[in-house]
Amino acid sequence: MPKYPMLEYLWIVPLLPLLGSAVNGIFGAKWPNKIINWVAIGSTGLSFLGALEAVREFFESGRVLFRKEFFTWIATGNFRAGFDLQMDQLTVVMVLVVTGVGWLIHIYATGYMAHEGGYYRFFSYLNLFMFFMLILVLAANYVLLFVGWEGVGLSSYLLIGFYFLRKSAADAGKKAFIVNRIGDFGFMLGMFLLFKTFGTLDFVQLFAKADPWPADAMGHLGTFTIACLLLFMGACGKSAQLPLYVWLPDAMEGPTPVSALIHAATMVTAGVYVVARSHMLFSRAPTAMLAVAIVGCATAFFAATIGLVQTDIKKVLAYSTVSQLGYMFLACGVGAFSAGIFHLMTHAFFKALLFLAAGSVIHAMGGEQDMLRMGGLSKKIRWTYVTMLTATLAIAGFPPFAGFFSKDSILLSAFQNEYGGRNVGYVLYGFGLVTALLTAFYMFRLIFLTFHGKQRYDEHHVHVHESPDNMLAPLMILALLSIVGGWLAAPAFLPGGTDYFAKFLQPVFAGVEVAGAEAGARSLELWLAGVAVVTAFAGAMVAYWLYLKRPEEADRLVKSLNPAYTTLLNKYYVDELYDAVVVKPLLWISTKVLWKAADVAGIDGTVNGIAEGATAIGDGVRHTQSGNTRSYAVWVVVGAIAIIAVIFFWPFGGKTVIGMVR
Amino acid sequence: MLPGGHLLSVLIFFPAVGALALLLLRGDDHKYIRIIALIVSLAEFLFSLLMIRAVPVGRTGYHLEEYARWIDQPPIHYHLGVDGISLFLVILTTFLTPISILASWKSIEHRVKEFFVMLLVLELGVVGVFLSLDLFLFFLFWEVMLIPMAFLIGIWGHERRVYAAVKFVLYTMAGSILMLVGIIWLYNATGTFDLPTVEALLHTPLSQGGLELPPRTEMLLFLAFFLAFAIKVPLFPLHTWLPDAHVEAPTAGSVMLAGVLLKMGTYGMIRFSLPLFPEASRRAARWVAALAIIGIIYGALVAMVQPNLKKLVAYSSVSHLGFVVLGIFAFHNISMQGAVYQMLAHGISTGTLFLLVGMLHDRRHTFEINEYGGLATPMPKLAAFFLFVALSSLGLPMLNGFVGEYLVLLGTYQRHWGWASWAALGVILSACYLLWSYQRVFFGEITQEKNRILPDVSPREKWILATMAIVTLWMGMGSTFITARTAAAAQSVIEAVEPQRPYEAATPASAAPQAKLDSPGAAKAISSERLGIR
Repeated sequence: MPKYPMLEYLWIVPLLPLLGSAVNGIFGAKWPNKIINWVAIGSTGLSFLGALEAVREFFESGRVLFRKEFFTWIATGNFRAGFDLQMDQLTVVMVLVVTGVGWLIHIYATGYMAHEGGYYRFFSYLNLFMFFMLILVLAANYVLLFVGWEGVGLSSYLLIGFYFLRKSAADAGKKAFIVNRIGDFGFMLGMFLLFKTFGTLDFVQLFAKADPWPADAMGHLGTFTIACLLLFMGACGKSAQLPLYVWLPDAMEGPTPVSALIHAATMVTAGVYVVARSHMLFSRAPTAMLAVAIVGCATAFFAATIGLVQTDIKKVLAYSTVSQLGYMFLACGVGAFSAGIFHLMTHAFFKALLFLAAGSVIHAMGGEQDMLRMGGLSKKIRWTYVTMLTATLAIAGFPPFAGFFSKDSILLSAFQNEYGGRNVGYVLYGFGLVTALLTAFYMFRLIFLTFHGKQRYDEHHVHVHESPDNMLAPLMILALLSIVGGWLAAPAFLPGGTDYFAKFLQPVFAGVEVAGAEAGARSLELWLAGVAVVTAFAGAMVAYWLYLKRPEEADRLVKSLNPAYTTLLNKYYVDELYDAVVVKPLLWISTKVLWKAADVAGIDGTVNGIAEGATAIGDGVRHTQSGNTRSYAVWVVVGAIAIIAVIFFWPFGGKTVIGMVR
Repeated sequence: MLPGGHLLSVLIFFPAVGALALLLLRGDDHKYIRIIALIVSLAEFLFSLLMIRAVPVGRTGYHLEEYARWIDQPPIHYHLGVDGISLFLVILTTFLTPISILASWKSIEHRVKEFFVMLLVLELGVVGVFLSLDLFLFFLFWEVMLIPMAFLIGIWGHERRVYAAVKFVLYTMAGSILMLVGIIWLYNATGTFDLPTVEALLHTPLSQGGLELPPRTEMLLFLAFFLAFAIKVPLFPLHTWLPDAHVEAPTAGSVMLAGVLLKMGTYGMIRFSLPLFPEASRRAARWVAALAIIGIIYGALVAMVQPNLKKLVAYSSVSHLGFVVLGIFAFHNISMQGAVYQMLAHGISTGTLFLLVGMLHDRRHTFEINEYGGLATPMPKLAAFFLFVALSSLGLPMLNGFVGEYLVLLGTYQRHWGWASWAALGVILSACYLLWSYQRVFFGEITQEKNRILPDVSPREKWILATMAIVTLWMGMGSTFITARTAAAAQSVIEAVEPQRPYEAATPASAAPQAKLDSPGAAKAISSERLGIR
């Protein structure tokens, strides 16, 4: 028995969900739901326990990094990619979030999906997702990380398209996969460049080799910068950042537990994880850092504006997710990696909760997702309301809920940004703050439209009922986490407040992070926190005013700002733009130019033309074989004259021909 | 006699024995015909596995060599041998033959005997091509294989079968005629058809009795061989026979065509073009690579808009084989290994795609995508298999397509990042055409009533598909079993063209990149020093 059995057999953690997936996928079709539940929840639950034990052993061992090679997957020349897993503090956070939140959502899903067809298929996919996500966060090299990366994309494809009879669902799944592939294109090239430069894709070796290299200067497109920008392109695809965010809102076609797990809590944060994992490279590429910060900040703001006017409850949350992911990138981009990861974690709690609670609402409403047909639900589904309100307070940034702490530290870091000068930092901070205002507004708009005000549905058709316990229990646990999760990184100005989280991640991000708020900056931190709270409060108040107090004001506002409103409602027409600029022309060129013109008419036309030409020549020459003796005689004479002519008059050929005859 | 027994001869001629046995049966004795064909091909497969033992990991050169005098003047001899590359191509062939036989179990109803005879003769020809070490013998098998394939298309094919068969034969012949000229030229210059001897002579300086080709001659010879191979691959723009041949061929024909026949072209490039004409290969590399990259993107785009499912898969082959050619002509050992791997992976995954398309055709007698739609409802298992294979074809990690594609791109990038970047677009496009067509065939509501009652996979089909799926997964996970054995052979081929320097990761001590990279000349010097680019 090894000293640290779970670490030595770390592969068990990801393998358990894979087994669950295989068992349910192959045999589940004939099983009752109960057995499927056991397999699905059992495998992820055991995986969670295994992860906990591994984390415990990791701390007990006191190592900075645990790393183990299990088997070689690809090896050619000097390239090796292995199933090597590693664990450090960053992995610990990710593994616990993935297995913990994942497990809760599995439990929730047994209630939510209870009456759906394809139950076994759903859990098989969901377990498959857990497997790939764990591979992603445990991987010790970029290639294995890419396995998880593509694998979660696959699971996402399968789960978005779970209701494959609906064309919109199938379309959304395909779109998600393809847009992600566009990002992966960059990710792959980034890997190739790193391998070309450093000769390895293993995290430990790669970062060790890159360590003595001088950092690229600002504005200089050196190896680090290009590699980081390429990796970030992959991250933009997976984490739905501008301009590749378009798949995530559509991904809401999937069942709600999927939206919670994959499209809010875990998979979409993979891009942030990759940037944080590659912090060593990014910190040497200031240009790339600035790009990350700007893209993150722009996405946060852009998505929040769209979220203001959406009426589908899940769409609001989807744009909110895009926006919050933008915050995480903003944090990474200004060098506050631990703040980014911290927001990743708290976001996993409250956003998963929001989606699950929204699922509970949808469940209660018998499938209705349009908030305009809800209203006044707070009394009927009390627990759902309370938990969802908790999450809303958290995401809006009210103290002492989790989102307050994480968002606050991001905004502080943005304010103190060093890349590209102080003014850039102020702009980033400004947009971040406005986004916080918008966030508070659209989240409370959601709450008010859904739970308060007049009842806008027909009670005869909709039988509103509270969800079963197996759906409510995860909600409550997540609500608890959304409240207390933030205290891991309490700001320094609070009595006894210490950023435990940053301290915890210190071994990973050591030497990279921009120094946080020190004693002198405490007052600044306090000021910024105060501003943030006021902003959040203002956002909530505006929502209250417009949607509860004076609903007619909202309508008037919509009328007076109609062009802006329509643009937002149609998401800035980005999908239409992509369709007109990329999809349609590509299909047209492929069909008309490449296939019909080049392939069929051009190449094949030539080939068949040659064949026809040969036939035609043969056909023509056939007439010389007339069988007529006299015409043959004429040909003989003509031939003889021709030969003689060549012999005597051809400038060079004559002698040769005579020579040949001799 | 060289050591190694007669395993290779057995492998070549055992299918012929089986074909003879079939010829002795009465034509309507369908049951026994199928069973005998299956047993013969399975036995052949097991025999071929014996070769693995004989090819040691890490050793270059040919193994299990056989040599017998055949014709004294001109000196055409029976010379066989196997190395790491041909080893797996032969196994791929012997593996796909029983699969093809099983796939034709029900769908071939007339001239059953002749059909299976043709399949076995085809196997003979293909195995012969991969194992021949004599140029003339190689050419002989190259032509032999043409006949059964043409018949498979022309007799058991679909509506335009004769057109497709004639096109296939003429296209291929046009290339192989030039190759014959090249072979005879080499014989005139060297006095032998023996491949290892010719190769050795070409690598020996003139002063020591070797043969040095003038650049122009070498280029012409290179082109003579290359054209034959490029048509077979098929490399853009010589690919137009392929969609027709595939669409018209019966399922088994398509499986063999895509699975192994196309690989004869890329195999030829590895075995002949590069080692025999290294200088010309180097000079041609950029043009070949350009065509390969065009093929990757063009094939994928054209595949995307095909209304015919089988044509779609056929065009996807153009795209996938583009990766193989690119990997070969990037002259990097990783990309070369990737190319070899991609050849095998494509054989499995595209072969399976053709099997699946054939199964759909068995049920509905059409390849038109818009005749389908919503098939996941009546046939969930077939839909699951199809998705699995489509994913392997689009290069999902842990399935077989990824390893080859990734290595090709990775290796190519080390030498020519621009080539790799363009080719990597194929990764996006393959997802587009596969998932889009998959959606149109399997997702959504059922659009045509007659599709509602289609049966799901039969036990026979299930076993075929499960076997393919297991191989797909195994190749995706356990690639080192294969790459360890192909490494030495691939390396020696590439070294004949371009010496591979052991890779040294750049260290700042020697490079000090910031300072030197400021002048473009210095950057080039550094990169050429590091990567061994001329």
